[in-house]
Amino acid sequence: MSKQRNQIYKVSLMVISLFVLAACGSTSGTDEADAAESAGQESAGNSRGANTSSGGDRDELTQEEIRQENALRQTVFYFDFDIAEFKAADRETLTYHARNLAANSGMRIRLEGHADERGTREYNLALGERRANSILNYLIVNGASRSQIEVVSYGEERPSANGQTDQAYGRNRRVEVVVR
Amino acid sequence: MKHFRLIFTLLVLLPHLSSYAALNIIITQGVDNPIPVAIVPFSWDGSGVLSEDISEIVTNDLEQVGEFRALGSDNMLGLPDEENEVFYRDWRVLAQDYLLVGKISRSPGSSLVQVQYEFFDVNREIKLAGEVLTGNVTQLRDIAHEISNVVFEQVTGIRGAFTTEILYIVSDYISPELTNFRLEKADYDGRRSQILLESEEPIMSPSWSPNGQDIAYVSFETDLPRIYIQNIATGQRRQITNYPNINSSPVWSPDGSKLAMVLSKDGSPDIYVQDLNSNELIRVTEHPAIDTEPSWTPDGRSLVFMSDRTGQPQIYQMEIGANSYAVERLTYDCFQCAKAAFLPDGANLVHVRRETRQDPTYQIAILNIETLRVITLTSTSLDESPSLAPNGSMIMYGTKFDGRGVLDAVSIDGRVKFRLPSTTGDVREPSWSPFLN
Repeated sequence: MSKQRNQIYKVSLMVISLFVLAACGSTSGTDEADAAESAGQESAGNSRGANTSSGGDRDELTQEEIRQENALRQTVFYFDFDIAEFKAADRETLTYHARNLAANSGMRIRLEGHADERGTREYNLALGERRANSILNYLIVNGASRSQIEVVSYGEERPSANGQTDQAYGRNRRVEVVVR
Repeated sequence: MKHFRLIFTLLVLLPHLSSYAALNIIITQGVDNPIPVAIVPFSWDGSGVLSEDISEIVTNDLEQVGEFRALGSDNMLGLPDEENEVFYRDWRVLAQDYLLVGKISRSPGSSLVQVQYEFFDVNREIKLAGEVLTGNVTQLRDIAHEISNVVFEQVTGIRGAFTTEILYIVSDYISPELTNFRLEKADYDGRRSQILLESEEPIMSPSWSPNGQDIAYVSFETDLPRIYIQNIATGQRRQITNYPNINSSPVWSPDGSKLAMVLSKDGSPDIYVQDLNSNELIRVTEHPAIDTEPSWTPDGRSLVFMSDRTGQPQIYQMEIGANSYAVERLTYDCFQCAKAAFLPDGANLVHVRRETRQDPTYQIAILNIETLRVITLTSTSLDESPSLAPNGSMIMYGTKFDGRGVLDAVSIDGRVKFRLPSTTGDVREPSWSPFLN
């Protein structure tokens, strides 16, 4: 476990730059899945025993590093209706986020909680905070420092998708990780 | 020459008329037996065309609250403009119960206009009210609303709210990166809107001080939700909270000395009361669940609020300063009940109601906490933010129409509904002013 942490620390600088790039780009769920798949195939041949100290060369990433890179690229976490706990499927991804924060004490992030438009506005403002807090607590338990993370809820005031469909509502129930 | 003048008048009038039509209130539901009232077009002895048509404004006022139906001027047997020209028989023949006549004239030696109106009970053949109002030409709309107040009170015995105003939020989606948020103020009917605050960050929860001079709201302009107070006349504003996490839902106490609010500085959102003179902060609720949406009971001693401490939003009441266990739960028979406020009678509670888990629709309802009778007033599905007119006759609320946020109003018996005009963006969170005069 500690060896793993050490490895992560070594690649952390590179990961931050990737993370920033990813934060600017698309975060659609299917895109991420595709990217993860193709990245895995490309580097499958030389992933074991690669020299991680040289860092920058993508071909020399270990499988673990690829997993981390992909995890940190995911910056939007969606929530089920009426649920404030993040999805179990996001647990591993969030663990990488927590370790990355732990390894980079100067890093600051903002967790922005959102709700869909159903229900009253002030309650939704509170629900957005509750969602962001569920991620906040998980990041802290897994090594991030409270002082690295700011939480803000926008409730239903900043929807990411318009319309009164289940699909739009699903896109709007989310927490976004924003690097400051 | 005469012909030319007519065309000129039409050209001047046309843009005005078309914009008026687009902006006019739509009555979406009226009563079965409205009171028939004849509103005779007011005469005007000056030259040119006045910018506002008083009889039309009074007609709109009275018709959109639903209790009245105005007689079209085409059907009138005469167009009297003062008492000595009124023949009651003519109006009884037309089955009218009430009659309003008036005349507008230049005030001698000034740029002001005088509006004389008289209001009659046709069946009893008596004059109920009448006076001369003087004002600038630009105040004709205010004068018309004043006359509506008098007519409404004479007939119903209830003080008219036609000179009141509303606050509301508009959000205009410009691009994925930019939404324009505005806090606006307008007449109760949505006319003469004015921008009070504009921001690229959200603005929420506008609320009036009881004297109608100041407003409170939440603005995210610092990237975090914080509470501000702004004077309407001067535009001067000050930030009054900067606690960690959520600062939201400011609501003035009935005496204007305190502000109830929601703060999550101690972990979860709880209800607090801040004294606006001493800045003393009193914590009212203390519970790990979400407590929010405070509103004052009419006596100013307790707060009604929403809490999801049982798992779903329900409405509770608590006296300020009481032990946090001394909470009274007010709603039981809904899946979610939220955003509650008492009517002035202290027994009827306006709220947003979702009946069942299966049916995700939110409607405006009134619960009588003594009889436990519930009246659901609306039938659309995303209704929220109910705000009561100061005379207790109507509730304005936000809803969706064609996917866009609009403001609707409904009478407290549910019989009358109207929709306010809106031009662009999502309009929401109406807050009805107190009486302003």
